[in-house]
Amino acid sequence: MFGFSLDVWISIIISVCAASTPLLLAATGELIVERSGVLNLGVEGMMIMGAVAGFSAAQLSGSPYVGALIAVFAGAIFSLLFGFLTLTLVANQVATGLALTILGLGLSGMIGEGFVGQPGIKMLPIEIPLLSDIPIIGKILFGQDIIFYTSILLVFAVGWFLFKTKAGLQLRSVGDNHTSAHALGINVIKTRYLAVMFGGACAGLAGAHLSLVYVPQWVEGMTAGRGWIALALVVFSSWRPMRLLVGAYLFGAVTIAQFHVQALGIGIPAQFLTSLPYIATIIVLVIIARNRRMTMINTPASLGKSFVPDR
Amino acid sequence: MLSKNKNNNSTKIPLLEVRDLTKVFGTLKANDKINLKIEKGEIHALLGENGAGKSTLVKMLYGSLQPTSGKIFWKAEPVSMLSPFQARATGVGMVFQHFSLFESLTVADNIVLSLGPEYSVEQVARDAEKLSADYGLPLKADSIIGDLSVGERQRVEIVRCLLQNPQLIILDEPTSVLTPQEADNLFVTLKRLRNEGRSILYISHRLDEVQKLCDKATILRNGKWISECIPKKETAASLATMMVGEDIADIKRTNSKSKKQRDVLLSVNDANLEQDNPFAVELKNIHLEIRSGEIVGIAGVAGNGQNELFSLLSGEATTPKNAISIRGKQVGNLDVNERRQLGAAFVPEERLGHGAVPNAALTQNMILTRHQSDKVAFKKYGAIGYIWQEMVTKATKRVCDIMDVRKAGEDPVAGSLSGGNLQKFIMGRELDRQPSVFVVNQPTWGVDAGAAQRIRQTMIDLAKSGSAVLVISQDLDEILEMSDRIVVMHEGTLIEAGPAHSITREHIGLLMGGMGQQTSTTDTANKGATNAS
Repeated sequence: MFGFSLDVWISIIISVCAASTPLLLAATGELIVERSGVLNLGVEGMMIMGAVAGFSAAQLSGSPYVGALIAVFAGAIFSLLFGFLTLTLVANQVATGLALTILGLGLSGMIGEGFVGQPGIKMLPIEIPLLSDIPIIGKILFGQDIIFYTSILLVFAVGWFLFKTKAGLQLRSVGDNHTSAHALGINVIKTRYLAVMFGGACAGLAGAHLSLVYVPQWVEGMTAGRGWIALALVVFSSWRPMRLLVGAYLFGAVTIAQFHVQALGIGIPAQFLTSLPYIATIIVLVIIARNRRMTMINTPASLGKSFVPDR
Repeated sequence: MLSKNKNNNSTKIPLLEVRDLTKVFGTLKANDKINLKIEKGEIHALLGENGAGKSTLVKMLYGSLQPTSGKIFWKAEPVSMLSPFQARATGVGMVFQHFSLFESLTVADNIVLSLGPEYSVEQVARDAEKLSADYGLPLKADSIIGDLSVGERQRVEIVRCLLQNPQLIILDEPTSVLTPQEADNLFVTLKRLRNEGRSILYISHRLDEVQKLCDKATILRNGKWISECIPKKETAASLATMMVGEDIADIKRTNSKSKKQRDVLLSVNDANLEQDNPFAVELKNIHLEIRSGEIVGIAGVAGNGQNELFSLLSGEATTPKNAISIRGKQVGNLDVNERRQLGAAFVPEERLGHGAVPNAALTQNMILTRHQSDKVAFKKYGAIGYIWQEMVTKATKRVCDIMDVRKAGEDPVAGSLSGGNLQKFIMGRELDRQPSVFVVNQPTWGVDAGAAQRIRQTMIDLAKSGSAVLVISQDLDEILEMSDRIVVMHEGTLIEAGPAHSITREHIGLLMGGMGQQTSTTDTANKGATNAS
């Protein structure tokens, strides 16, 4: 097809995986956050904090795995700032989220200034014995880095958690109606803090994937809008983990397609492909909004609303 | 558990006792030294107007609010209910007035959330279906709450409470959405629970119910304890007096016997409404005529098409032009504002979100509904349509004064008003325009007796002044009390039941259950039905 050989196709698919992994990770985290009724628009900011923390920790320790771990912590701690402002001080979630993104972009630039231009340490693929020898899919599914595996396992784990466990049910109930959840004795604020921190940790790991696997370098503003795509992705998936998985790879494929479409000289403007994820999200939103029941079942009804318990 | 309950030694010790319980919110004393004593195996009524402090008291008993001072004793042991979890573990179960259900979750999910960690969803689904069948409250465990009617949601609340095997069950206005038959079933259930040795704290505005069902009653007014009495030894009037502190005026109505043919102000001619989603009710061949000075009541069980009928009349759903006429003008294709400009007014069932915007101030709510129908009064500078704030404020104040809307502050947000006061405001806002056609859905749902009486009186006065009034209500007493003519709604169709004075409660009950055509219980009902047809 398109004159590509099988090997080229495999390498294209692997590059799609690499492009999709940070989207999937960040969106999985945000899905949990939004399912708990919190809208954190600071994904981009948490992601880039993860990227810079992961890169610098890897440089200093010499291990990309230490870097990834530090990125997870950095994302979670950065998200705590958001949590404190919106959950404890009941600040507006949209404004705080935007502020978090701006702060993250600026702060990461400052922290990472000394690392600009340094060659990074790339996290190497871990080939799973036997399984990675399977022709074609072996290389794609079992010859990747650990963050890729984590992202896939995590989205299934989140799906299981949300719909098969009691804690997941409690989380969904908090997102659906925080007043009722409170009346039942569920700790709304604590649940949301945990969800926000999980979202931060995921965004941090997504950032680490960029600076340790995808690019292996530190470049200021290197998330380049991926946090926003992750946010769109959550809506695109209508808050469902399996659709999120499909959506992340769809959006990742579109990103990679931009390069190949240009190389092949196909007459689709690259800008159109760049905007596709957002257009797709708008279409999904329209479809959801047309059906009252679909909105009711899928959209967390308390999304973005602040919760103040009875005095 | 049951054998322990039958042990009569403990009957001397009250199951629950409350002494001098006080709750202060800022400067407001919501509860001021409340006393309450509930014996084992007793149905105890808690009576009081909206804002009397019943909800606050009950929330403290259920652990979702902490008292400022005072003590709660459970079986003579002092306890502090720090959380609903603890209250449930102690043995207190609660059926909320404003349902605390999660719309997007299933019945089983909702129930399992309130139970301990040892329960699984599958097990709860089985238990709930079995228990609901046992107590005559049929439910399907995998239905999504958002798809259920108000009555069905209440069943979920009750079943959820019963599954926790509580010793004290708190019920907040449980019959307000039930048919008389359903309410009777509920009473059977409650009496059965009492005979099992459980106690029930029963909050209701319906005095006849309290007299029929309850062994004792505690009365609150303005956050204070007024008295404890035995309702069977009181009259409805004396109970009401204790509740509101003054005699409630009986509804005064002139019997509109003058049958001279008045103008038809609202007519519906063979209107149909298809379902816009799989859970709406389809309306079939709706015929309805309301004349000047007439009050027509639409009775029916929740979820039989009342909301759809309301949106059909109000213009939220449109029909072919000739299907609906207001004051002789065909309006089937007109929207809400266009119908309002013809002199119609509409009050929907949902106060918050439909009848009023919760986070907007009262004056803003005023302008939101009346900016078209009262544009001359509320706007200035012609085409610019600048809001004339002074006039809006004046109208809001007038409405609040006339309807006795009790509020905190000059112009609070609608959501901060209690249910009854907000309903008075919404009714007043519409009545202030002297509409010639007035359609209201559930005018007194969850409103206390005093406010309800006032609301009903204003509608009767409106009809007396020559307007056509349509009341859709699940409260049969209300329908019987107010209406000149009663129509029953069942599965999306209207069944004419006849003039109110010649109809029996049983007959309406049967029509509401869809058994109208073949059986007629009494002669009068029979006559009523034939007269109408």
